[in-house]
Amino acid sequence: MSYTILKKAQVAPNEYDIWIKAPQIATHAKAGQFVIVMADENSERIPLTIADTDEKEAIRVIYQVVGTSTEKLARLAEGDAISNCAGPLGKPSEIPRGKQTLVIGGGVGIAAILTIIKTLKEKGNHVTTILGSRDSEHLILEDEIRQIADETLVYTDDGSTGKKGMVTDGMKALFETGKQFDAAWAVGPTIMMKFCSLVAKEQDLLIWTSLNPIMIDGTGMCGGCRVKVKDTIKYACVDGPEFDGRYVDWDILMNRQKQYLKEESESKHVCKLGGINPSQSKEGES
Amino acid sequence: MNAHERKKLRIPTHERDSQRRKEDFFEVNLGYEEAEAVNEAERCLQCTNPLCVKGCPVNIDIPGFIKKITEKDYKTSGDILKQYNYLPAICGRVCPQETQCEGACIMNKMKGFQPISIGKLERYVADWNRDKTNSKKEVKITGTVHKKVAIVGSGPAGLTAAAYLAERGFEVTIFEALHLSGGVLVYGIPEFRLPKDVLKREISDIEKLGVQIKNDYIVGRTITIGELRDEFDAIFIGIGAGTPRMMGIEGSELIGIYSSSEFLTRINLMKSYDFPRHDTPVRVGKNVIVVGGGNVAMDSARSALRIGQTIQFSDHDTYHPNHVKVVYRRTESEIPARIEEYHHAVEEGIEFHWLKNPVEYIGENGQLKAVKVQHMKLGEPDNSGRKRPVPIDGKFEVFDVDTVIEAIGQTPNKLLLESFPQLKLNRWGTLEVDQNLMTSVEGIFAGGDIVTGAATVIEAMGAGKQAAKSIIGYLSENLHHQK
Ligand SMILES: Cc1cc2nc3c(=O)[nH]c(=O)nc-3n(C[C@H](O)[C@H](O)[C@H](O)COP(=O)(O)OP(=O)(O)OC[C@H]3O[C@@H](n4cnc5c(N)ncnc54)[C@H](O)[C@@H]3O)c2cc1C
Ligand SMILES: Cc1cc2nc3c(=O)[nH]c(=O)nc-3n(C[C@H](O)[C@H](O)[C@H](O)COP(=O)(O)OP(=O)(O)OC[C@H]3O[C@@H](n4cnc5c(N)ncnc54)[C@H](O)[C@@H]3O)c2cc1C
Ligand code: SF4
Ligand code: SF4
Ligand code: FES
Repeated sequence: MSYTILKKAQVAPNEYDIWIKAPQIATHAKAGQFVIVMADENSERIPLTIADTDEKEAIRVIYQVVGTSTEKLARLAEGDAISNCAGPLGKPSEIPRGKQTLVIGGGVGIAAILTIIKTLKEKGNHVTTILGSRDSEHLILEDEIRQIADETLVYTDDGSTGKKGMVTDGMKALFETGKQFDAAWAVGPTIMMKFCSLVAKEQDLLIWTSLNPIMIDGTGMCGGCRVKVKDTIKYACVDGPEFDGRYVDWDILMNRQKQYLKEESESKHVCKLGGINPSQSKEGES
Repeated sequence: MNAHERKKLRIPTHERDSQRRKEDFFEVNLGYEEAEAVNEAERCLQCTNPLCVKGCPVNIDIPGFIKKITEKDYKTSGDILKQYNYLPAICGRVCPQETQCEGACIMNKMKGFQPISIGKLERYVADWNRDKTNSKKEVKITGTVHKKVAIVGSGPAGLTAAAYLAERGFEVTIFEALHLSGGVLVYGIPEFRLPKDVLKREISDIEKLGVQIKNDYIVGRTITIGELRDEFDAIFIGIGAGTPRMMGIEGSELIGIYSSSEFLTRINLMKSYDFPRHDTPVRVGKNVIVVGGGNVAMDSARSALRIGQTIQFSDHDTYHPNHVKVVYRRTESEIPARIEEYHHAVEEGIEFHWLKNPVEYIGENGQLKAVKVQHMKLGEPDNSGRKRPVPIDGKFEVFDVDTVIEAIGQTPNKLLLESFPQLKLNRWGTLEVDQNLMTSVEGIFAGGDIVTGAATVIEAMGAGKQAAKSIIGYLSENLHHQK
């Protein structure tokens, strides 16, 4: 199986939008699901959300370069192949019919809400979206989302586009106008999902958040991705990744995300030195 | 000792020095030299009613393959093994021989005698054949059958079923969720016990039979059982017991607590012992506690020891193995681990604490700092026949630790089962099968840990073979009906 990168575009200073040839995954993927990707044989297995599919051929993934694995991915060009891609993993989003919905995306998390918005619209829901990012340069997918969603609000930290503020300000502004929602989604940095959940809780609003703990297999066989929801342990890769944010223990999640900070910076250092070149190490191994 | 006396005792195999080997992941047991193998083989009495064969779950013709060693005809010896067992190099290394073939050997009943080292001889023959006949390996396939069989999972059960069917001309495809094949053999059992090269070559032998392995295929997600049923004439499910059981006690979310599955997957599947050359890290502190007493606990403890700490001085680096304790709620005589691995662990300096059970993890700033254990005593036997451990009221002890690895058992992975609820489960959550290993759904067979719960490699292989035979029976009956 050759998971070729069919298209690659840079969408923000450190973010890439790629289409990977993976027909078997494309035909089975639903909103809210993810893939586990290995750039080369020595890579980590990292989870990335399926941002879109073209149904028969390929899946779309948008990622931010934060460490070794994402940097290895970024080094690959159109026409190169990644070593492994497994999915679709996780439970699909629970999409209602004909409801008032609110969908919030922050940073690279906006990638993950694209299919949710599309599917919500297909099922006849009214969709209001709030997009948030650091500045206009880092805001991704705005045009695509404006075309599908019924209403789109944009917030940036510096006000370089949209309103100045955070997505939670957008939520509060909507609630103040008396707007009612039946369900909400929030995907973005953990801290953003935590605060969106707090605001939703005040409104008694169901809010699906896509949790991003460290994963390995993504199939429920290691327990590394465990999170606490409503006081019970859940495996985010098979029981989630979407959980009602009102009941997530956010502090545990944030603590567990930091497990390998020291090792990550060591690995990144080696990577930056150019010691690990994906294509080279592949040839060297076989 | 005279020659007669010597014949009473088994010839030991070579092992690497315990103090050296605990710093690396290379294989511990080096096996026999030729002369030693021949001498050990000559000890076998060639019983006409061999008890050892009954002790082996796949009933290998043990006196038969041993006889050929005494004749130095290793090729024929290997052919005998392969009639029963497609992965002899692996079984020779990991079977709990003391409770199977060797445990049944007649010599146990003769005063002053030790049983034949059947496992080590099996390994010798398998390794010889691999080294000597690698490129020339003949592939024997008897005819072609235009029937397609899908195998889910590439553990010992799936590999065996695939090989048996492919050899008989069926078109076989294995679907494996992970990027590497072998099941527990690749992600669980460490390099120092089962070198991955050995496994790779056994698998490539099976591929030479025409078996196609599709990795990155999570059945239930990447492809559904329904789709497999449309495309294939029969299905075998060998997905193992892949989900870790965890203690679930207070503090389980702290950093520093691993399930054995995560810990061993990082080390074996992702090769984090070779970090940062391989990208996946594993974090092991100086003081480690492993909970459990089975093979998984021994593998975790010995891996944790080997990960060690490299301490940097200005002029040199010194390597210090970690300090590892195993905490088990019963006693030494109840441990389910292979006895050889337990001995190896003791030699390597792992400390064993019997009759203790963790009740709470204590942390600081989200990081594990200590484990509170309760002392236990043995009570009445439970339904496994072993004495049940009972907590002693008020008797606790606290250990300072950085890392805990829980190795207290595995249960079936629900992913596939939930995606196809027509498959009936029994009350342990494993798959229900009839005497032919057919599940409640016609044409779908199952075997290995997914049926028995966590068991052994050779039992999984036995089940794979039995299911393959049933599949042949089922498909030829079907062929009949169609005509
Ligand atoms: C279900 C899910 C979906 C995701 N979808 C996307 C997406 O669409 N786009 C995107 O840019 N990012 C996504 N992520 C996050 C992405 O997986 C991490 O950014 C990536 O693994 C970082 O790897 P690295 O080696 O580049 O960085 P590192 O330097 O290794 O790590 C940086 C940080 O990323 C996290 N991380 C590291 N390794 C893993 C791992 N194996 N699994 C999960 N998190 C890890 C840790 O919190 C770590 O501190 C998703 C995560 C999850 C769990
Ligand atoms: C650490 C450890 C040490 C052990 N040591 C020994 C030992 O020394 N001696 C011994 O005899 N036994 C030992 N065992 C037990 C032995 O390994 C198992 O009994 C045996 O591997 C079971 O084989 P299996 O084929 O049923 O399943 P597994 O080996 O578990 O293989 C199942 C395979 O199915 C795949 N799979 C699961 N779900 C899906 C899906 N939905 N789609 C596709 N693929 C899927 C998994 O990824 C896996 O590769 C040990 C086990 C462990 C964990
Ligand atoms: S397969 Fe295992 S039980 Fe059977 S003879 Fe070989 S080592 Fe013994
Ligand atoms: S029981 Fe022991 S002595 Fe007899 S044939 Fe088997 S291995 Fe040889
Ligand atoms: S990633 Fe291993 S269980 Fe979820």
